[in-house]
Amino acid sequence: MLRHILSRLVRSFLTLMLVMTFAFLVLRLSGDPALILLGPDAPQDAINAFRERWGLNDPIWKQYLAYLVQLLTLEFGVSMRDQVPALDLVLSRIPATLAITLPALLLKVGLGIPAGVYAALHRQSIADRGVITLSILGFTVPSFVLGLLLVLVFAVQLGWLPSGGQEGVEHALLPILTLSVGGIGIMARFARSAMIEVLGQPYIRTAMAKGLSWRSVVWKHALPNAAVPIVTLLGFMIGSLIAGAAVVESIFSWPGVGRLIVTAVANRDLAVVQALLLVIASSMIVANFLVDLAYGLLDPRLRSRRAAH
Amino acid sequence: MTSVEATLESSAKRSLLSRLRLNLPFLIWVSLLWLIAMLLVAVFADQMRPYAITKMDLSARMAAPGTPGHLLGTDDLGRDVLSRLMQSIRVSLVIAFGATLLSAVVGTGLGFLAAQFRGWVEGAVMALADFQAALPFLIMSLAVLAFFGNSMVLLVCLMGFYGWERYARIARGLAISASAQGYAGAVVQLGATPARVYLRHILPNVASTLIVSMTLTFPEIILMESGLSFLGLGVQPPQSSLGNMVGFGREYLTQAPWIMLAPSFVIVMTTLSISLLGDWLRDRLDPTLR
Repeated sequence: MLRHILSRLVRSFLTLMLVMTFAFLVLRLSGDPALILLGPDAPQDAINAFRERWGLNDPIWKQYLAYLVQLLTLEFGVSMRDQVPALDLVLSRIPATLAITLPALLLKVGLGIPAGVYAALHRQSIADRGVITLSILGFTVPSFVLGLLLVLVFAVQLGWLPSGGQEGVEHALLPILTLSVGGIGIMARFARSAMIEVLGQPYIRTAMAKGLSWRSVVWKHALPNAAVPIVTLLGFMIGSLIAGAAVVESIFSWPGVGRLIVTAVANRDLAVVQALLLVIASSMIVANFLVDLAYGLLDPRLRSRRAAH
Repeated sequence: MTSVEATLESSAKRSLLSRLRLNLPFLIWVSLLWLIAMLLVAVFADQMRPYAITKMDLSARMAAPGTPGHLLGTDDLGRDVLSRLMQSIRVSLVIAFGATLLSAVVGTGLGFLAAQFRGWVEGAVMALADFQAALPFLIMSLAVLAFFGNSMVLLVCLMGFYGWERYARIARGLAISASAQGYAGAVVQLGATPARVYLRHILPNVASTLIVSMTLTFPEIILMESGLSFLGLGVQPPQSSLGNMVGFGREYLTQAPWIMLAPSFVIVMTTLSISLLGDWLRDRLDPTLR
């Protein structure tokens, strides 16, 4: 198990290095980083100082190493627009984003998994059809269409809820709804197909043949085994807690990380874009790492198979 | 049980085409018809649209749908929504087609390379796939667009990276298992070059799975492009795409919701049709599900 964790850690670290390299390449390929990060009307001595500090006069491999050291010491440069350290700006936006993505995640898990399991246990029922339809809609209706439709119905036509802003709970309802509807369907579909697959396994037949009650077969034998694919999806959803709401935040003018991405890109505020890339990639990588650990805990077979390698 | 096995066996013997012709369900018919209609619109957009996409009629701004001469109404500058919709369908479909092909070719190629050379090549391809999985695609494309500015070519190339890692994983897995089967070994023994083995022998055998992945990626690329364009960072005006129409229509949500509803409807119908068709194709064609 320890070796498994270590090898996953090494791999996660390599992936993070790749993301950093990507940011480095894009930054260097697009022009002089001094001009880009400081802005076109920066004074010449500031540019010179910057070039000196980032070692831009050195050979490229030296620059690359220096760049990595910069990032490892969490030096991301200063936001061109707001004149604050880029990393601080990114971190300050995270609570607002989590305020809508966390409730949405809870809804996806709390409604999606039970609905999917129920659908799997009652195949061809109305509930089953409903789960399938909802999940197909979740795949095919883009969040900006859903969000605008919700605004059209609940804010414009009915006037029940505000269409944007961030003052209270009522402002968060529509964003949360937009974020969760599709995800509930997708989660339900995953849980449904995982359960259906597990219910067809021989060990379920064995458990039934032993005379166990249906309830205990489902709870003790089927559900734990269906957890592995569900955890995969859950990990992905956790990983996108920070970055997954870019479009929804723009629709509802919600001041979170996603809005920051869009404005930073539109303003070519590259220090912020770079800090965002690394924060977002780190969150995805940590989530993937946790999923891998969860696999080991959930499925002893995976543990021993990996250990054997 | 035996009857099921018998049908499976006989259906496996039939050719691909006749398998496809087996009773098409109603929904699949509707999806097919919709997609054919969209294709026709995309190809003949120039001939079919009643007005030029930039033609303004300031006396008929935000005319409601059904206004004589403007079937779907007009937008804030009095431009005909139907004409713009047709052009947008063409632009969005061209981007999605180009990008789907690109990502299938890149992904499959890298997957085959990994399967052929194993060792560090495989390690490198899988590390790149990890990288792609670690960076949400929307964020990555936003970053690239921020650094390089946007152009149509860059947008298609960027979208062409969408989902390549899925093809790479599938192609690698299928190629490795195919090399373990007799036929690949046999052609290698006969002296075929690796390129010939992969392109002439392994590719046709794994094509159906890859085609199914393409039908799954295609709607996602449409959604990704329209999302980017909706945010104002994809297709740029005066050119128009479905997402960019929704993005601009959003400003007139209260006065003229049809500007945004028409392209939204097309996006949802198109992605829905392809998804339904893809699911159905997967059930029919994918040998790994047999």
